[in-house]
Amino acid sequence: MTNVRVAIPVHLQTLAGVDGEVRLDVPDDPTPNTILDALEARYPMLRGTIREHGSAKRRAFIRYFADGRDISHDSPDTPLPNVVARGQDAFCVIGAISGG
Amino acid sequence: MTKVRVLVGTRKGAFIINSDESRRDWKIDGPHFGGWEVMHMKGSPVNPDRIYCAQWTDWHGQVVQRSDDGGKTWEAVGNEFRYAGETETHQWYDGTPHPWEFKRLWHFEPAHDEPETVFAGVEDAALFRSTDGGRTWHELPGLRTHSTGNTWAPGAGGLCLHTILIDPNNPQRMWVAISAAGAFRTEDGGETWTVATKGLSSNFLPNPEAEVGHCVHRIAQHPSKPETLFMQKHWDVCRSDDAGDNWREVSGNLPTDFGFPIVVHAHEPETIYVVPIKSDSEHYPLEGKLCVYRSRTGGNEWEELKKGLPDDAYVNVLRDAMAVDSLDSCGIYFGTTGGQVYASSDSGDNWQPIAEHLPAVLSVEVQTVP
Repeated sequence: MTNVRVAIPVHLQTLAGVDGEVRLDVPDDPTPNTILDALEARYPMLRGTIREHGSAKRRAFIRYFADGRDISHDSPDTPLPNVVARGQDAFCVIGAISGG
Repeated sequence: MTKVRVLVGTRKGAFIINSDESRRDWKIDGPHFGGWEVMHMKGSPVNPDRIYCAQWTDWHGQVVQRSDDGGKTWEAVGNEFRYAGETETHQWYDGTPHPWEFKRLWHFEPAHDEPETVFAGVEDAALFRSTDGGRTWHELPGLRTHSTGNTWAPGAGGLCLHTILIDPNNPQRMWVAISAAGAFRTEDGGETWTVATKGLSSNFLPNPEAEVGHCVHRIAQHPSKPETLFMQKHWDVCRSDDAGDNWREVSGNLPTDFGFPIVVHAHEPETIYVVPIKSDSEHYPLEGKLCVYRSRTGGNEWEELKKGLPDDAYVNVLRDAMAVDSLDSCGIYFGTTGGQVYASSDSGDNWQPIAEHLPAVLSVEVQTVP
């Protein structure tokens, strides 16, 4: 197991009742899906808010960042960079910017 | 002492506005779920402290919250709305087939006889039911799979099921309304449905008297006369005295019969209220003069109620944003897209703002709490 950091949007922090980043124990060689599985297991109210129910597909206005790179269009089963796997950097779930 | 609790859903959160039965002084609690759209909140008639709340954003989809202490604390419950079986298509705006997709929840209707059962009307139009207080949801697919379902097309707000009425004497009988499909009735608890649009006429349809395609904005009913239904349609105010089998227009002397909400007085089943809006392309009152119209004759003869309401108010009042309390002197409440909530404690004769500068109001419900 390894301990990773996860950053989620403020609306989801409020929904989950957390303040700032979340730390999670996940299996070695974490991927977006294994991290999100662990996140949703600890905070079931987040189910359906990042990934669609059933398909586990990333919601349209959500992006995943890791190690300074947008990995949203990579397979969510691809192992994350070492800096995320070792907990030095956070796996980031980002809500699309909108305004106007 | 009796309390009045006004549940206000807005574009950026929920607010709960409280008063005692005098309804003179109001205290605003909120926002709850700040930043989220709150389409609707509604309390159980059996247990008023059980409140269901629908919060939503484009980013994070649907969340359902439940309170068991009158809105002081909340618990996120089930948010999975999965259509039953294979979904086919409805019509898209351009008339092409479009797959049925869940977008969001529009309206809750808690059962009249026990607090754990609640119905939810959703977009794309379907009716769901929970029997465990919102933890799990199951579609009643007989409505969506009605023989006309593949011809339903969305209104500007989406293909939304926004109105659910339950017969107070017979929970097997319900009515729903869908924009822009029309009105439907079930006699068997939602298993099968019949179209309830005979007598409606909509000029925007190729056949104005078509069975489906009517943009019904709201249907209201008094519990003592469940056979009588009142409807605010895209244009036209209508009534039915045979449970929706036949409708007739009762717009009468309204200055415009476009609008969204319609409600019935708590103690007078032939006294009804609408908020006339200029047109379907100009969603604000005529000349910006915000007013409510009341008919004490079940339609046709209407009177303007203006005392305490502003001029120069270029706002709209949405379909779920008007409600009545059940105190002896019936209170009427509505919220505007400009963020005001107005209340009358004398059946609409006089009005006062009880909240201002809120985000755009999407829904208003009222609880009269012992």
